[in-house]
Amino acid sequence: MYTEKVMDHFMNPRNVGEIENADGVGEVGNVKCGDIMRIYIKVRDEHIEDIKFKTFGCGSAIAASSIATELIMGLSIDEALKVTNKQVVDALGGLPPVKIHCSVLAEQALKAAIYDYAHKNNLVYEGLAGFDPHEDHDHHDVVEIEF
Amino acid sequence: MRKVYLDYSATTPVKEEVVGEMLPYFTEIFGNASSIHGFGQEAKSALEKARTNIAKTLNTSADAIYFTAGGSEADNWALKGVMHANKAKGNHIITSVIEHHAILHTCEALEKEGVEVTYLPVDEQGRIDLNALEAAIRPTTVLISIMYINNEIGTMQDVKSIADIAHKHGVLFHTDAVQAYGNVKIDVQALGIDLLSVSSHKIYGPKGVGALFVRKGVRIHNLIKGGAQEKKRRAGTENIPGIMGFAKAAEIADAKLEEHVEKLTNLRERLVKGILNGIDYVKYNGHPTFRHPGNVNVCFEFIEGEALLLSLNAKGIAGSSGSACTSGSLDPSHVLLSIGLPHEIAHGSLRLTIGDFTTEEDVDYTIEALKEVVQKLRVMSPLYDRVKGGAK
Repeated sequence: MYTEKVMDHFMNPRNVGEIENADGVGEVGNVKCGDIMRIYIKVRDEHIEDIKFKTFGCGSAIAASSIATELIMGLSIDEALKVTNKQVVDALGGLPPVKIHCSVLAEQALKAAIYDYAHKNNLVYEGLAGFDPHEDHDHHDVVEIEF
Repeated sequence: MRKVYLDYSATTPVKEEVVGEMLPYFTEIFGNASSIHGFGQEAKSALEKARTNIAKTLNTSADAIYFTAGGSEADNWALKGVMHANKAKGNHIITSVIEHHAILHTCEALEKEGVEVTYLPVDEQGRIDLNALEAAIRPTTVLISIMYINNEIGTMQDVKSIADIAHKHGVLFHTDAVQAYGNVKIDVQALGIDLLSVSSHKIYGPKGVGALFVRKGVRIHNLIKGGAQEKKRRAGTENIPGIMGFAKAAEIADAKLEEHVEKLTNLRERLVKGILNGIDYVKYNGHPTFRHPGNVNVCFEFIEGEALLLSLNAKGIAGSSGSACTSGSLDPSHVLLSIGLPHEIAHGSLRLTIGDFTTEEDVDYTIEALKEVVQKLRVMSPLYDRVKGGAK
């Protein structure tokens, strides 16, 4: 069902956790659909100095989050904004068709984190043009969870 | 690595005695039971012996047992066959929202033909309300079909009372007993069951064989059309090796029923206790006592079922889940939603089903593995830290 790469990143996820005083935090997904992804970034000199994630979701959602953090770590913000869900899928050696949305979620979570950073610092990035973290992506809404 | 199979409600291994019983029917007694020569007659005689053995386990006569290619076929046949044969009486079925898809999708197909279907809700433990059942009966109601034991949450219905209500109103009663057969004593006469579906591969028999019990006198049309097999009721050359295995499995299950139920119930309670005592934010689903002896269904909050299954699989433990990711749709299992669980809780469901080959060591190993795996996934979950932060 899953590639070895997916299983590796699911079983041994990279960069799990939180960043205290993160420069940007993005969260996408929906508990109803069963996946939520949150990405924290630390930015220095316009580069992603550190990135961490927390994900509620299936194996591929966790693997996609993990590999996305690997792909993005150290990139400039402009470069990071160019990372697509297809790159996430390719890096995982493929995902089953029903799981492609997990890679979309990873791309959106990163964008949401950069959006948060940009918003806090009054910065404008070309790669964020048209991006709205509150918009529906695929079937995954951005939500606030109330307990 | 230790291998722990806890998915007996999905399917069971075939017991060795059962395999032994089947083998001669592949090579030596291979005749077509419809043939008049010796080869055929030998097969025919074995087939009828198997039918008698299955009938005995249900306390009925052999001529009320019709072999099918499994539980799904039996369910399809019961519903379509009865509704098609009783159009003069009416066009209404009563069933429940937690039935197996073999029932629900057949009901949907019948609705397209103009049949009216009432889907009874269930309570938080998965039982239908008998008053609601009686109130749903109309003059045009032909059939009530309520499953004996639910395959996901293990809840057992009050089959006797359902049958009594049905008969009080002149309505037929069918039950999908695929999960119940071999796990509870079923006496179709004492319970007043008119039609009942069973399957072989849930009771340590081979896959691809099952049966429909049809009480004598019940009007039913054929589902599979063709030759004159099964007293012209179900066409197709009989799967003799499968049927022989099924009958042997049923015989063993019936002879050892008490022992089986006691063993499974003890292991189930051990597993449930271990999970509830060892892990917080867990919900035990289903009914505490009116329950499949080997069924444990729990929801772990803040984590997702597929991730849980993969993690358990990596530790050699096989279970199943009703999460959306495992169902192949966006919604978690209809059964979990029907007992009132919110989507986010239902996504974290785990079904572990115990069987004859499960040991205490398996259960203890699973409890320890679960503690570890659930914690690992929770640490990764953005939902869990909100709770830890005191937001709950």
